[in-house]
Amino acid sequence: MDVVVCVKQIPDPADPGELDPGTKTLKRDTKLILDESDSYGVEMALQLVDAAGSGEVRLVSMTPGGETGGLRTALAMGAESAILVSDEALAGSDSLSTAKVLAAAIKRSNPDLILTATESSDGYTGTVPEQLAELLNLPSVTFGKEVTVDGEMATVKRQTESGYDVVDCPLPAVVSVTAGVVEPRYPSFKGIMAAKNKPVEELDLAALEIDPSTVGWAGARQEITEIADAPAREAGEVIVDEGEAHERIMAFLDELKVL
Amino acid sequence: MGFSKIWVHGEANDGVVASITLELLAKARELADSVEVVMAGDAESVASELGDHGASIVHSIGSLEGGLAGPRIASAIAEACSQGSGPDVLLCGTTYDGRDVAGRLSAKLDAPVITNIVDLQKDGDRLIGHEPVFGGTKDVFTGFTSEGVAIFVVRPKSFVAESTGGGSATVSDLQVGELGATGSAIVKDQFVEESSGPRLDEANIVVSGGRGLGEPDKYEMIEKLASLVKGAPGASRAVVDAGWVPYSYQVGQTGKVVKPTVYLACGISGATQHLVGMKGSANIIAINKDEEAPIFGIADLGIVGDVHKVLPKLIEALESKG
Repeated sequence: MDVVVCVKQIPDPADPGELDPGTKTLKRDTKLILDESDSYGVEMALQLVDAAGSGEVRLVSMTPGGETGGLRTALAMGAESAILVSDEALAGSDSLSTAKVLAAAIKRSNPDLILTATESSDGYTGTVPEQLAELLNLPSVTFGKEVTVDGEMATVKRQTESGYDVVDCPLPAVVSVTAGVVEPRYPSFKGIMAAKNKPVEELDLAALEIDPSTVGWAGARQEITEIADAPAREAGEVIVDEGEAHERIMAFLDELKVL
Repeated sequence: MGFSKIWVHGEANDGVVASITLELLAKARELADSVEVVMAGDAESVASELGDHGASIVHSIGSLEGGLAGPRIASAIAEACSQGSGPDVLLCGTTYDGRDVAGRLSAKLDAPVITNIVDLQKDGDRLIGHEPVFGGTKDVFTGFTSEGVAIFVVRPKSFVAESTGGGSATVSDLQVGELGATGSAIVKDQFVEESSGPRLDEANIVVSGGRGLGEPDKYEMIEKLASLVKGAPGASRAVVDAGWVPYSYQVGQTGKVVKPTVYLACGISGATQHLVGMKGSANIIAINKDEEAPIFGIADLGIVGDVHKVLPKLIEALESKG
């Protein structure tokens, strides 16, 4: 069974970055890493292929600037190869443009299963998995917390408001997985060394026959009209616990009459 | 462009309309003359409640018959659009099904979608959505430049649901188009995870635990506290990712948005991801060892201290109070 995992390379969330006052989007002048949300999909794909006994895990990603640092991390975990769509015209892409590009790249390899995160940690629109499924004309299950595959059928435990649904979904299909479903492995030294020589096929929009005007800034068809300071919340009283802090909390709750 | 006709993606369970749907209706009514709902399931059983909240028509696609809402509702809306009877604006909630509907429809109509909205305002003949970024310290205002249906995905608790005293909405059947493979996922079974006490997103008091608790067993203190104050236990993404508690406990950008009267954050530093989900709480109490923790920047009462020392005493005080 072949599984494609869509992965995003993002600026390190520990360094939150800032908005470019000119373009009004996130400045992207820092090194990119694998979005932690995607490490769960990579791990799940590796486990599913292992359970199936054959097949491979491939990565699909896009970026305007050709970075591969995050992809190498996922390759070091055990993915076999990657397609990186890289083109300056991708800058400013919204979720639908992203889905169009990923769909075009995925179509080159006809996988049995496509895994994504539920949302990225920097853009968090959360619509790409469904947009991707629709563009590929495939069924999909979002918010999967457990995925098993038996022949041509995936069974997914899908998170709901009150618990979960068990959903049967014929393959090929798109499944988005929640963080925390599996424990992503740490790349071994051997894995890191092997990743350096694994194939990363870099394609531009022309290679995928995508009109640049349908993606990036032009394709997004939306404009930021203003960036305003949100109403700020003031810090209140801060005390250092010297063994009596619980009394202050009790008094605070009493004042609010919530007990 | 234009926004004279707004459709709200309606969600209901066992004849009870979801709060997010009523919240969206309240805002839609403020913005447009014509407010309608599109939904799956038993529309008749909720038509009066939807009407009371301002919907004139409920476009019903009927039972999902085990299928998933996303492709079916999106297909029905796309059909309506192709016949010229679709909406100018579609509002979906940031929910499991809401995002599915928005995503599917976006790709079907080749229409962009604006997500994570907490407010909407008029701007000429279009609507502008407000999206909080950087942990809610900035709001980005975004509007569409495209023609066609404007799809917004709105975060729960952005608006206050309000009854209008209006009569029942009219239920009108809406046809789902040909789904092909896209409709082939089928729900085989449903599980409800039992939880005592109020729901996390409806509780008056929320007690949340984070990585500062140190180890999974210590989360029991959070559950004990929540039960003593008749509140709900919550958690930061860090401990959910670590597998201490289920995803349904998560408060934050990727989890639940909560706005309780009191939010007690225990051993939570206050990552942007978390703050977005709880900074709308009326009162925030934070306990954390690190006096530099960002959570203190928004707490009404901040305790610089060890949760392992403060919480047992707090539990004892609550127990003795009875």
